[in-house]
Amino acid sequence: MTAIQASGAPTKAPARTRGRSSSGPRPAGTWWIYALLFLGLALMIGPFLWMVLGSLKPQPEFLVSPPTFLPKNPTLDNFGRLFDQLDFPRFFFNSTVVAVAVTVGNILFCPMLGYALAKLQWRGKRLIMGLVLATLMVPAGITLIPNFVLMRNLGLVNTYPGLILPFLVGPFGVFLTRQFMYGIPNELLEAARIDGANEWRIFWQVVLPITVPVLATLGILTFLGSWNSFLYPLVMAQEPKMYTLPVALATFSTGQYQADHGMLMAGSLVLVLPVLIIFILFQRWITEGIATTGLKG
Amino acid sequence: MTAPALTQRTVADRAPRPAATGGGWRRDLTGWAFAAPFVILFGVFLAIPILVSFALSFTSFNQRDLVNPIGTSFVGLDNYGRLLSDAKFWKSLVNTFYFVGVGVPLTLAIGLLIASALSRGITKFRTAFRVGYYLPVITSIVAIAVVWRFLLNPDIGLINVALGSIGIQGPDWLASKTLAMPSIIAMAVWRNLGFAMVVFIAGLQAIPVSLYEAASIDGAGRWSAFRYVTLPMLRPTILFMLVITTIGYLQLFEEPFVMTDGGPLDATLSVTMYMYQQGFEFFKQGYASAIAYVLFVIVAVIAFLQFRFLRSEDA
Repeated sequence: MTAIQASGAPTKAPARTRGRSSSGPRPAGTWWIYALLFLGLALMIGPFLWMVLGSLKPQPEFLVSPPTFLPKNPTLDNFGRLFDQLDFPRFFFNSTVVAVAVTVGNILFCPMLGYALAKLQWRGKRLIMGLVLATLMVPAGITLIPNFVLMRNLGLVNTYPGLILPFLVGPFGVFLTRQFMYGIPNELLEAARIDGANEWRIFWQVVLPITVPVLATLGILTFLGSWNSFLYPLVMAQEPKMYTLPVALATFSTGQYQADHGMLMAGSLVLVLPVLIIFILFQRWITEGIATTGLKG
Repeated sequence: MTAPALTQRTVADRAPRPAATGGGWRRDLTGWAFAAPFVILFGVFLAIPILVSFALSFTSFNQRDLVNPIGTSFVGLDNYGRLLSDAKFWKSLVNTFYFVGVGVPLTLAIGLLIASALSRGITKFRTAFRVGYYLPVITSIVAIAVVWRFLLNPDIGLINVALGSIGIQGPDWLASKTLAMPSIIAMAVWRNLGFAMVVFIAGLQAIPVSLYEAASIDGAGRWSAFRYVTLPMLRPTILFMLVITTIGYLQLFEEPFVMTDGGPLDATLSVTMYMYQQGFEFFKQGYASAIAYVLFVIVAVIAFLQFRFLRSEDA
């Protein structure tokens, strides 16, 4: 895996490693490559634009033939109905609580195991490493039913802990932090040990501060992954008051609001907008993290 | 399981060990203390459920058993026997492989072409392209499926309106037995090609520029350079992407759930969706567990192949 290995090598600041000029001279671009790339870009952005335009159209504009392209009478009525009739503020709140809790869990627990795997010698390390690897191959469906039965018997269906607990630590973050921590010089840790610090203090005061850039990447990716997750909350949040945004949108879009295009586009926008903002602010950290580990959040 | 992680492990094992931090059992205790949150959560919500799922697949577990899971009845291999003769299950399996078989090569091919163009074909607007192509990857599949269902609407969807404006009567994409799955594949490729692109860009950056210079001195054009330098050098990355994309696509669920409900006439019913229907619409959790296990075995076999390929790359 030479190709990925090189990119996965430990680096101090993931956000800065992929320099523009690092690959040296290259053949000059030709106009047709630009043309194709711009056409492709239009195809990628188009559906998002259509969603935004649709969210601003009143219902009659969807029914005329041909439908309007730009909204003739732009309105925020679609958003109003989402908030008044469908309790979207509540779903937004649920999604936020779950995503924030899952993110906090991962940026605390993942580096703990990452540190033990990268820098400590202990019996059982190889076993745990194997388990982390194995976790990545397990399809979500396989644990869904037993977890539902378990949560049901613990009384955690339709509760925040039920939505949060299984995702507090993920293999992705363990990899990401472990890879980074290999790059921390052992001398640094030795110096702290000679000063009498125990492993927990070394982890908190020496290792974690250096790891902050990676934890930021991990935090962003974990948040996005949790924000977008669907199958598990679909099963675990059965009462509307516990719906997360994706569950609410999927439920309404396949149910009685199927034909309410304006409201569905507005709902999609509410679901996508926070992610777009996070992505535009942190796009480098996101794509770096993914290139480094080859995994989605 | 990721390629970098695997190679990292072998590198680390060869590297000098960090100094020990104390006596044997204390060292072990420290290691396990750091691993404790993962081990506990992993055990309760993953390891045990995997075993329980296996056990459930030999029972007739249903809604009544939810309150008293131990009281369910053992039915041996009945569930698996029924699967063999369940036409709907076979249909879902065929659909899933159709989705994977067409969707994975398309996703990787387009992702690779764009990555090559961005890395070696152009010099301007690279960040804008990278951000734009990556955008759908981080957005919710549910939101995207809702938007695409609207785009594909037979009467007022943008696609058919555009076709209509040049005099073509567009079909009802998602209601057609032959077009529904290709529509879902198109959407999945559109959503995931950015992910392949980013991983391929990272792989391309690791190829020494001197190889391209040598090729260009030998008179190689753009296509020959791609064929004889990029492709062979990128083989491990391609292999890696092939396997993880396949594993992801085998779990197809959200797209048909939102866009077609598995229809028309089960033309887009996926294995995960059939499992969901059996487990949470018909409440036959025992039978659903058997479906989940069949999918698990398929994914595990493919993951095993990935291990084999990666090991041989390391050697």
